[in-house]
Amino acid sequence: MSHLGLIRAGLWRKPARTVYTMASIIVAFLLFGLLQGINQGFGSALASVDIDRLYVSARSNMTDGLPIAQLERIRAVPGVRSVSLWAYFGAYYQEARQPIPAFATDVEPLFDVYRDMEVDPEYLQAMQRTRAGALISEALAREYGWKVGDRIMLGTSIWTDKSGSNSWPFDIVGTFDASAYGAGFPGFYFNYSYFDEARAFGTGNVHYYIVAVSDPSRAEQVGRDIDALFANSADETRTQTESALAQMQLKQLGDINFIVNAIVGAVLFTLLFLTANTMMQSVRERTSELAVLKTLGFSDSRVLVLVLMEALVLCVFAGAIGMTLAVLAFEGGMLRQLFGNFSMPPSVIVMGAALALILALVSGLAPAWRASRLNIVDALAGR
Amino acid sequence: MSPLVSLRNVTKRYVRGKQQVEVLHGVDLDIQQGEFLALMGPSGSGKTTLLNLIAGLDQPTAGEVSVAGQRIDSLSRASLAAWRARHIGFIFQFYNLLPVLTAAANVEVPLLLTNLSRAQRRERVATALQLVGLSERATHKPNELSGGQQQRVAIARAIVADPTLLVCDEPTGDLDRVSAEDIMQLLKTFNRHQGKTIVMVTHDPKAASYASRELHLDKGQLVDTPA
Repeated sequence: MSHLGLIRAGLWRKPARTVYTMASIIVAFLLFGLLQGINQGFGSALASVDIDRLYVSARSNMTDGLPIAQLERIRAVPGVRSVSLWAYFGAYYQEARQPIPAFATDVEPLFDVYRDMEVDPEYLQAMQRTRAGALISEALAREYGWKVGDRIMLGTSIWTDKSGSNSWPFDIVGTFDASAYGAGFPGFYFNYSYFDEARAFGTGNVHYYIVAVSDPSRAEQVGRDIDALFANSADETRTQTESALAQMQLKQLGDINFIVNAIVGAVLFTLLFLTANTMMQSVRERTSELAVLKTLGFSDSRVLVLVLMEALVLCVFAGAIGMTLAVLAFEGGMLRQLFGNFSMPPSVIVMGAALALILALVSGLAPAWRASRLNIVDALAGR
Repeated sequence: MSPLVSLRNVTKRYVRGKQQVEVLHGVDLDIQQGEFLALMGPSGSGKTTLLNLIAGLDQPTAGEVSVAGQRIDSLSRASLAAWRARHIGFIFQFYNLLPVLTAAANVEVPLLLTNLSRAQRRERVATALQLVGLSERATHKPNELSGGQQQRVAIARAIVADPTLLVCDEPTGDLDRVSAEDIMQLLKTFNRHQGKTIVMVTHDPKAASYASRELHLDKGQLVDTPA
């Protein structure tokens, strides 16, 4: 036996209580991992949007669409570096429960607007050669086991082709790395020309344009110029920075950051009292045993460390299980259907470890101090 | 020859609420190396207080306590803890074993404070359990042992670090007569054959008869005859 044996003995003196406390800590840390993971996932998606990109949509409603004829006119606005067009496809693979973030576009300007996406130029050329070609992100390829050369069928909840089918064939011609833009960035692009020729309705329209500007400090002016260009026309535009748009969309979901922090804070605060109470009760019940240890020659500081280590082992072990379950929930794809392609940010794991330590120290310190200050004679006499 | 334990003019006062209670009044006592001393007296006479002072569990309000040539009445809490680990083996009335540990693990606890290796500790534990006749019960937990067996484990724990002094507080107080006699025989053996100095508090004249000297306390003072 070692000191670890004494720590284990302390924890397992009342196994049911220890198991229940552990379960509470596991659930709390699982909740912390999930909520903070999602929160930080949103945060990193927001951080990846730049103010040098403008989002041009219909003024009336973002989903109304804009005519493709506006593309060249926007391109000609001073300060515009590049323009990509986006038509939302509403795709799914095999069944509606497997949505695919697919867009019809022109891939060359797309990769010019999003310069941090990495793609082999050969794949861009292959897209030009292949009418039904598609470029997919490496993450999506991994998720569905797709590879270059595969022909896949995607269903769509919006578009039918001219034969009346809503099942569209695509040839995967290449992959790209979009990790620089966060896990939630769309990962499936195909030729707009193919889409526009084949669809049964809506021909000549896109959903929005994303514009890269040459000088980020002039982004707002360029946006105003674009809107002025189409003012009082049948297709008026609303141009916002991509960052402002993302912020607005997230605000519509409520202040996620506040909600997450409030929930996690409340849970951890409650947990702190629960764990401290458990530890205090445990020390109170073991008063005579701790007095015996002191009689045998255990010093005050050694007893303090023993009790503190019990809290540490309990909190860190249970916290690690909770965080591991949260990581598995991300990696196992349980959350992907709800929140997209997020993965647990390492910073959340570090925060979890720090929280477990703080929880152990704060909840263990008072009982450990009490144990260390026990008067042997009084404790043995049951006073 | 200088005594192993020496108390000079020892007074102990406790504060209980607003009252101050003097439990020991100027006690002088010498205990020689190898002695087996039985401290007797009525409840509240100060026996356990005196034992606690000798064992370094408590400190006197006034006076001097020396054990093996060292003054322990003025040691700090930390130094006193280290001193107890080196010099004292304590046997309680209610055994006070740690309930979730096996007999062997209970016996090993005092050795965690030494520099002995794991193998050396195991060897010492095995020897101590053998001396008290419980080698076959090493893996049993306290609730799987009888009262007498638990007290044997407690004795093994008390002797395992080879202390200078064995201190026993009513070691047979919770045992039936047969078990009590077994325990007293064991203590007598350690005293006779291993030369262990033993100070024992007891109410039981039969238990006291195993000692080489009896002392009586009454109202906080040593007296010549039983009260």
